[in-house]
Amino acid sequence: MAQNKQTPLIFEISQPGRKGYSLPPCDVPEKEVSELLPADFLREKPPLLPEVSELDTVRHFTRLSQRNYGVDAGFYPLGSCTMKYNPKVNEVVSRLSGFLHVHPYQAEETVQGCLQIMYELDRMLSEITGMDRFSLQPAAGAHGELAGLLAIKAYHTARGESRRTKIIVPDSAHGTNPASAAMAGFEVIQVKSNAQGGVDLDSLKAAVSPELAGLMLTNPNTLGLFDENITEIAEIIHAAGGLLYYDGANANAILGIARPGDMGFDVVHLNLHKTFSTPHGGGGPGSGPVGVKKDLIPFLPKPLVEFRDGKYYLDGDLPLSLGKVRSFYGNFTVMVKAYAYILSLGAKGLKEVSENAVLNANYLLQKLKGLFLLPYDRICMHECVFSGQNYHSQGVAVLDIAKRLLDYGYHPPTIYFPLIVQEALMLEPTETESKETLDEFIAALKAIVEEIQTDPELVRSAPYSTVVQRLDEAAAARHPKLRWQPETNK
Amino acid sequence: MNIPKNLKYTSSHEWVRIEGNTVFIGITDYAQEHLGEIVFVELPEVNDEVTKGAPLAVVESVKAAADVYAPLSGTVSEVNEALLDNPELVNQDPYENWIVTLEISNPAEIEDLLDPAEYEKVCEQEE
Repeated sequence: MAQNKQTPLIFEISQPGRKGYSLPPCDVPEKEVSELLPADFLREKPPLLPEVSELDTVRHFTRLSQRNYGVDAGFYPLGSCTMKYNPKVNEVVSRLSGFLHVHPYQAEETVQGCLQIMYELDRMLSEITGMDRFSLQPAAGAHGELAGLLAIKAYHTARGESRRTKIIVPDSAHGTNPASAAMAGFEVIQVKSNAQGGVDLDSLKAAVSPELAGLMLTNPNTLGLFDENITEIAEIIHAAGGLLYYDGANANAILGIARPGDMGFDVVHLNLHKTFSTPHGGGGPGSGPVGVKKDLIPFLPKPLVEFRDGKYYLDGDLPLSLGKVRSFYGNFTVMVKAYAYILSLGAKGLKEVSENAVLNANYLLQKLKGLFLLPYDRICMHECVFSGQNYHSQGVAVLDIAKRLLDYGYHPPTIYFPLIVQEALMLEPTETESKETLDEFIAALKAIVEEIQTDPELVRSAPYSTVVQRLDEAAAARHPKLRWQPETNK
Repeated sequence: MNIPKNLKYTSSHEWVRIEGNTVFIGITDYAQEHLGEIVFVELPEVNDEVTKGAPLAVVESVKAAADVYAPLSGTVSEVNEALLDNPELVNQDPYENWIVTLEISNPAEIEDLLDPAEYEKVCEQEE
């Protein structure tokens, strides 16, 4: 829609005196606001709010909403993000009145159903991951990481081993891992990847010490590769007195097939908003439950939901708990969606999720192998990482390819991540895409590669079909304009 | 790729210019080329004490944020504040625009630094 390109800011369509409301006459004596509030609290100038009609407002925001690109509109192969389709029925379920209209201060006997769902979801997630107990409080993945790390810290401290202050993180980790470890007060030690893309065992052995608190690992890692040495890695860490933390952001690859608990992990977080049917990418709400093995249960956030004498209740009597990490009980409706998703798919269906996610990623990997470099040429899990370095000599960067994909109607894949692959192009098709969709996407990438050979400038200057064209990302970061300034825009 | 002969290097792509007890530290041409347009530089405080291999500063580009590691142990004596407003200087001339100077505390560590030929090999291996 051509006119959609020219949507002005709502401030720019403001007309003095125009408004979208009509109030009846005031039925109490009117007073000046300065008579009602102390002078300290009064504005010197009125706020600069847009003056617009109701229709102006509706059209403005409708046009903006039409610019959204989501998985409901098209393929979204954003690696590391699991942008899969989430069944709408789970949205409906989470909006049932009994879930939506409860209040966190309600008496326990009036919210037995909600507590039951939390209790049973804990059991389900424990079974899926091989853990013994989950706290559903953390509101997102990195929040789960922080809670899990604080539990590890509390565990060591309770054993009189507060000297354990170091966390090992491989260089193929999610960026949140070292950040969470630092936030939890640990010192981060990075270990290198080996030629197969897994943890380098010699570097790992050299990094352990009596100060080791634990290791954070994503398996499959950010290269989409499963680390087959995981049991050996676990032995090295455990022998040094450390614990293993599993970043479950890539859980979409292993459901019903492999369990972190069986691999030797002691703490796990899951991103319900990636793997278990809550759409994400719009700022939430998310949910990052954190699960632990038996020895760490006393340190989990409190309260936990318990069941006794036919009643569910919240147990806050956990003296060693690391405390609350979230107001009330976490993002409850996200839990309801996960619960509905797990029950509707069942054990067999969850396994098929991962089988198809892995199959789709390997289909892309095989079909695109000739177009891009493949630094780790192995069977991948749920995502695959190429390098666009082979187009460097034509002066085309992977950024240009990503921008050109916009013209073909796709959300671009993740680029320049993971950092250990130069000119990285990271694709995660997810299980919910058909072969036809993947074939169309492959054809688009083939067409772009042909353009690079015949007319590289066409690719370098893309996109052309979007609301705004190539943006100067460096200038935007160096000199950000964070808000509209009336004086500079008039 | 520009690897000046009069400097020392690290395998993590820092360069070091040694002037007595004072060393100038920056990132190499290879590093700035691979990071792309640098949009932000985070500097340490003057008088911060650092040990060899510890994070010293951060350079952030449109692609990634990367730690600059201390090539030697010592005390931060100067930081290049011009980079705060003009981080692109690192792209324009990575060897002229040093990031930090250190008063080094253990000159023996200089032995561990790479000479230009050794550093060139490191870059070739990463290509």
